[in-house]
Amino acid sequence: MTKLSNMTVMGYRRENGRVGVRNHVLILPVDDISNAACEAVANNVKGTLAIPHAYGRLQFGEDLELHFRTMIGTGSNPNVHSVVVIGIEPGWTNRIAEGIRQTGKEVAEFSIEQNGDFETIRAASWAAKDFVHKATEVQREECSINELWISTKCGESDTTTGLGSCPTVGNMYDKLLPEGITGFFGETSEITGAEHICQKRAINEEVGERWYKMWKAYQDDVIFAHQTDDLSDSQPTKGNIEGGLTTIEEKALGNLEKIGRTSKYIDILEPAEMPASGKGLYFMDSSSAAAECVTLMAAGGAVVHTFPTGQGNVVGNPIVPVIKITANPRTVRTMSEHVDLDVSGILRREQTIDEAGDALIEMIRRTANGRHTAAEALGHREFSMTKLYRSA
Amino acid sequence: MSNPAPNEVPHLLVHEEADNVGVVVVEGLTAGTDMLCCITHDNSTFRLTAGADVPIGHKIALKDLKDGDTAVKYGEDIGKIIADIPQGGHVHTQNCKTKRW
Repeated sequence: MTKLSNMTVMGYRRENGRVGVRNHVLILPVDDISNAACEAVANNVKGTLAIPHAYGRLQFGEDLELHFRTMIGTGSNPNVHSVVVIGIEPGWTNRIAEGIRQTGKEVAEFSIEQNGDFETIRAASWAAKDFVHKATEVQREECSINELWISTKCGESDTTTGLGSCPTVGNMYDKLLPEGITGFFGETSEITGAEHICQKRAINEEVGERWYKMWKAYQDDVIFAHQTDDLSDSQPTKGNIEGGLTTIEEKALGNLEKIGRTSKYIDILEPAEMPASGKGLYFMDSSSAAAECVTLMAAGGAVVHTFPTGQGNVVGNPIVPVIKITANPRTVRTMSEHVDLDVSGILRREQTIDEAGDALIEMIRRTANGRHTAAEALGHREFSMTKLYRSA
Repeated sequence: MSNPAPNEVPHLLVHEEADNVGVVVVEGLTAGTDMLCCITHDNSTFRLTAGADVPIGHKIALKDLKDGDTAVKYGEDIGKIIADIPQGGHVHTQNCKTKRW
């Protein structure tokens, strides 16, 4: 294996210096009622990608700020070349377009009121076509692997994730974080039972205490405020239980294997917040639901996602390649079309965690170079916004 | 401790020596199987007889567990035992519950 410090990938260097591994022209709806226009533009202009979603109207306060962060962050992601933003009215449309323009990338904005869908789609299609011509002329260039921002979140976990696929991701972080990558982990509720360990994995006591307060606030304000039972079947999920996980504590301890043995997190992020404390590992306050969590981390700027699964979660993301890793031999046998990296050899004691970590780094390199993941090949583009409370 | 046959694949993996449950890592395990068990922390092995047909990924008690005991995995508390489980028995939601929520 190449010495990690010298490992390069062929990526897209963006105006703000960040490195992307995909080159999407996004058609981004500000709100649910602009989805149809966005999908029409994407249908007119090949090589574009609309990402319809369910929200963006009458949100307020912290929930509205999260909506803007998610929209702006998604458009700003280095895997995106340029963006057509369409909203029902010009105010919030402009706020999102301007937010994305801070990266230096090209953004065109359109609003539907006083124009109708037809006129909006006509004008936006011209802009989208121009962006596609420009995007398709951009060449990949050699970039250091340490310029990648790599996120992780596991899904449909079982006991094999804690034994194999999560420690594989942890081994990757233990090797690549010292090289200077930026990493993301999260899943606030799913640290329950391992919070005493997670708090100690902070870079210092102050960060650890802030982490604990954030974790505790979710327990108090969300779980204890809304629970109707012990959350069995929700956390752990039905699939987790089918796979042999019995309690949230057991699930959490396996989950936390994703940050390896030596990695420490340097700061805590709000959902969809971009890291601003330099290179290193960040904890993002986030849902443990796969599509929501990957969407938030992509909005935070991750360009490759590593996804350990046990029972076989099939999630993908529109803009970020999601690499599926499993150690469960039954999942490899029954769902191989979804698996990018088979580490079931760990369970047979044929493969060490160290070897599996190296195999994952190699898969990250190939994915960054352009290899489509299983989720990309199968068209998994789940884009799920996190909503904090009911709209006004 | 018995020595495993060369290249014998373990039936059960245990994270830490302090654990009182292990994870079945082969498909189709049947009651009465003389399992090769491996502690992943130090690769040490031991043998245990499976007391039930247990699906891959599910847990087996490494010793007799009593109602009120704590289930230990990763060397950590993963919940409370709520019904007696004999050594080799299946440990899951029917006899083990979270201490949270």
